[in-house]
Amino acid sequence: MEHDHEAHGEGMSKKLIWKVFFYLLAITCLEFFIALVLVYKGVLEKGPLVNFIYVVLTLIKAYYIVSYFMHLKFERMGFIISVLIVFIFIIYFIILLLTEGSYLNLHLNHFFS
Amino acid sequence: MSTSVSNLDQVKSGPWNGGRSPFAMEYGKIMMWFFLVSDAFTFSAFLIYYGAQRFSQITWPNPDDVFQSIPFVADEGYPLVFVGIMTFILIMSSVTMVLAVEAGHRNSRKEVVGWMIATIIGGLMFLGCQALEWTHLHHEGYWWGSIPEHYEGIDKLGAQQFANLFFTITGFHGFHVTTGVIINIIILCMTLAGVFERRGTYLMIEKVGLYWHFVDLVWVFVFTFFYLV
Repeated sequence: MEHDHEAHGEGMSKKLIWKVFFYLLAITCLEFFIALVLVYKGVLEKGPLVNFIYVVLTLIKAYYIVSYFMHLKFERMGFIISVLIVFIFIIYFIILLLTEGSYLNLHLNHFFS
Repeated sequence: MSTSVSNLDQVKSGPWNGGRSPFAMEYGKIMMWFFLVSDAFTFSAFLIYYGAQRFSQITWPNPDDVFQSIPFVADEGYPLVFVGIMTFILIMSSVTMVLAVEAGHRNSRKEVVGWMIATIIGGLMFLGCQALEWTHLHHEGYWWGSIPEHYEGIDKLGAQQFANLFFTITGFHGFHVTTGVIINIIILCMTLAGVFERRGTYLMIEKVGLYWHFVDLVWVFVFTFFYLV
C-alpha cells in the first residue's frame, strides 16, 4: 500500500484548492449575473438558450467538484471509467423521460383546456 | 525434474491478475465511490422526474416569484439572494473539507480538527438556512399536497407538482446534509481521540470528504433546476 500512495500522488495543494474555489465562485456569480441582470433587464429572454447556458455552467461546476475536490482526476484511468461509464444510463433516462414529458404536454393537456 | 515452477504456479504480479490492487486505492474508498454512484442515481431519478413533470405541465410556477424572500430582512423582492447565500455556504464548507483532507495527508491533527469544525459549522448553517426557507414557503401555503390559494384553474396542477417535488428533493438533499454533519462529528471525535494518529493514516477524512463533496455536487444541480431554470 505504501508505494501505491505515492503512485497517484497527493494531487491537491492548498493553492490549487483555493484556485478551484474561485472558479466555482466565479461560475456561480456568472449564473447570478445572467439571472438577475441579463434576464431581469431583458437582454436575454428566459427560455431554451438561457437554460442551456445554465446547464453547461452547472456541468462545468460539477466537473471541478468531482475531478479536484473529490480527487477523481488523479485516480487511475480504470477507476475513472468504472465510476463514470454508468452515467450513460442517466443520459438515456433523461432523453426518455423528457420525451415522455413533451408527449404528455402535447396530448394529455387537451383534456384540461 | 526442473527447479523452475510451471506457469500455473507462478505468483502473478500484474495489476489486473491479482498481483496488486488495480485501482491503487484502499477498499473503503472504492466502496464509498460506488455508494456515491448509486446515490447519484437516486438523485438523478428525482431530478429527471422533476424535469419530466415540468415538460408535461402547461404552466409552472416562476421560481423568481416563489423564492424572493430573505428571512429577517425582506419578505419579497429579492429573488435568488437567499439561495445564493446558501450555495456560497455549501461551497465554502466543501473547501474547508478538502483543506481537512489536505491536512490529513500531512498527518497534522490540529489542522484536521480545525477544518473539520469549520466544515461542521458550514453544514449546520446550511441546514439552518434550509429550515428558514422551508418555514417561509410553508407559511405561504406550500407543502406536500397543498399550494397557496392564489393559484387558479390549470395553474394548480403545475404548482402542486412543483410543491411536492421541491419538498421531496430538497428534503432528501437536506437529509443527506444532516447525515453528513453527523458523520463529520463522529470523525471529528475520532480525530480528537487520536484514532487516526494511532492508525497512522487520515484516509478516513478523505472518505467522509467524498460524501460531503457529493452533497455539495447534488446542491449544484438542485440549485440550477429549481432556482435558475
